[in-house]
Amino acid sequence: VKLLFKGIDEPGLNTLDVYRRHGGYESLRRAMAMEPDAIVADIDASGLRGRGGAGFQMGKKAAFIPRGAMDKYLVCNADESEPGAFKDRELMQKNPHQLIEGIAIAARATGCNRAFIYIRGEYDYVADILDAAVEEAKQAGLLDHVVLWVHRGAGAYICGEETALLDSLEGKRGNPRLKPPFPANQGLYQGPTLINNVETLSTVPHIIRMTGAEYAKLGVENSSGTKVVSVSGDVQRPGNYEIELGIPSRELVYGLAGGPPEGRKVKLWFPGGSSSPVLTAEHLDLPYDFDSMAKAGSMLGSGSIIVVDDSNRVLDVALWTARFYTHESCGKCTPCREGTNWTTKMLERIERGEATPMDLEVMAGVQEQIIGNCLCVLGDSMAMPIGSMIKHFREEFESHMEQRRLEPVATLSDTQGPLPTGVHS
Amino acid sequence: MDIKRFSHGSRVPGWDEPVDLDKDPAGVPDPATTPVPDDLRAEIEDYMSRYPDRRSAALPALRAAQRHHGWCSPEAVEQVACVMRLTPGYLDAVATFYDMLEQEPKPPHDVYVCTNISCSLRGARDVLAALQEAADDSFNVRTFECLGACDIAPMASVNGVYVGPLETADAQTLVDDVKAGRPVLEAKQLARRPVADEEARSSQPSPSAEARE
Repeated sequence: VKLLFKGIDEPGLNTLDVYRRHGGYESLRRAMAMEPDAIVADIDASGLRGRGGAGFQMGKKAAFIPRGAMDKYLVCNADESEPGAFKDRELMQKNPHQLIEGIAIAARATGCNRAFIYIRGEYDYVADILDAAVEEAKQAGLLDHVVLWVHRGAGAYICGEETALLDSLEGKRGNPRLKPPFPANQGLYQGPTLINNVETLSTVPHIIRMTGAEYAKLGVENSSGTKVVSVSGDVQRPGNYEIELGIPSRELVYGLAGGPPEGRKVKLWFPGGSSSPVLTAEHLDLPYDFDSMAKAGSMLGSGSIIVVDDSNRVLDVALWTARFYTHESCGKCTPCREGTNWTTKMLERIERGEATPMDLEVMAGVQEQIIGNCLCVLGDSMAMPIGSMIKHFREEFESHMEQRRLEPVATLSDTQGPLPTGVHS
Repeated sequence: MDIKRFSHGSRVPGWDEPVDLDKDPAGVPDPATTPVPDDLRAEIEDYMSRYPDRRSAALPALRAAQRHHGWCSPEAVEQVACVMRLTPGYLDAVATFYDMLEQEPKPPHDVYVCTNISCSLRGARDVLAALQEAADDSFNVRTFECLGACDIAPMASVNGVYVGPLETADAQTLVDDVKAGRPVLEAKQLARRPVADEEARSSQPSPSAEARE
């Protein structure tokens, strides 16, 4: 079943005319005739879980927004910076009106009078497409009940975290806030705020069209509907695939994306972007849905699969991951700021051949100290994959240490090399 | 700047350069003594009108100033501060947080090379080295993570245009294209790439027809 991706490559789908010709904005027309509470109830009945990473039910979130006449805000989180995720980019680039229609319906349902699309600065060309589409929708009188603007970020991974995004949108440094109060009560400009991911909001028009009860029949229990999955890394056909949740992971990795190159095997895979604990080849037979991934000790996250084949060292993958989070930590909470930094240093020490097996224990201990001890989950996002890599591939780390110990002279990392000065990573 | 360090690598405590701690922080710039180009002023004022709180316009305004001045120079920040009626200190605090706001003068052409997991798995480090080799002084080649285009890994964002999958041999073509003002590696631009999902490619967008069934 294709909902979000239906005919996504139709030329000119980013214009209002073509989108309308294919039934666009019909759901909005229907929603404007419905009672707001009925729309929320419909979304709730669909069981739609947030597609940004946390997997919180959208219907519940919308129901938390207080009723009554006051300034309420709707923020669409388009700051897709999770390594491995690129689904929102394709959805916005090719079908921006689908998202705008979703925002208009969600604003009607919750009574939000101001809406923002916070898009990451690197997606400038996508933001241009969105700007044009918003302008078209405004001209056509489709956004009379809500003021919608596209807000461009300037390159910070942390701004994908909802409260950091709000701070950034208020014109501050993107530091996460303490929760509670949750954004539904006190968010943007201290007002009630509904924050949802691009894919979540893009699904809303389809729910209104086919009713929540029908939508809930797609997928499996607790993971209803379809999901756009980004598959990348060592696969033959990387890209976005829309699937019904609950299909076997093997079908995704091997069937749709073509599996690793000829003669290679899957060594490990991230099921939900670089922040999810890694799984190994034996987990490929699990169904791809929220609950199965959680049961296997990982998470579905944003639905971004990164496949690593057996020609790569786990240590390299760990280093790339740790360096990224070290750079992106905002520095507000100590466990994350120091933990990411020290993890990188210790991994580099292993790389240089100066580590002892005890360092693995220390490193695993550091990861445990990070998880759950910060305002947001950026630290956890490094701690969980690194911790799981040590758990699944301890022998490889140890044999690497032993091998380097036997070498006569330890030199600076030779495969990676120090990054040139003046660049950040 | 030369940073003093102990032999174990930690910084020697103290100021890097003399600081006058008695000096008052800079206030909101005086419009009479701070000339702001008209088009920049108009752009910032347009941004400010979009938000209930004018400070929300800080990011778009700083990016506009960067486009105008090439980087977030003290002069650029001062002009933004003048139009937005904020202190330069506040804007500096914001500007230093975001990777795309440059704190140093930079060459005009931005080449961001993604070196995150998916791109590194497919040889981004070699592409980065090749690009650094091919580029001259007019290029700002830097790593940038994650650019959100793992489907075309390894990839780069050239003045905002996403291109990939890159090979080391593409580096010279890329540099030549930018210098000649041509579209960069036209065949490899992301905007031209069809969706990977084959079923989606063939299906027609017709939700209304389905609704009638």
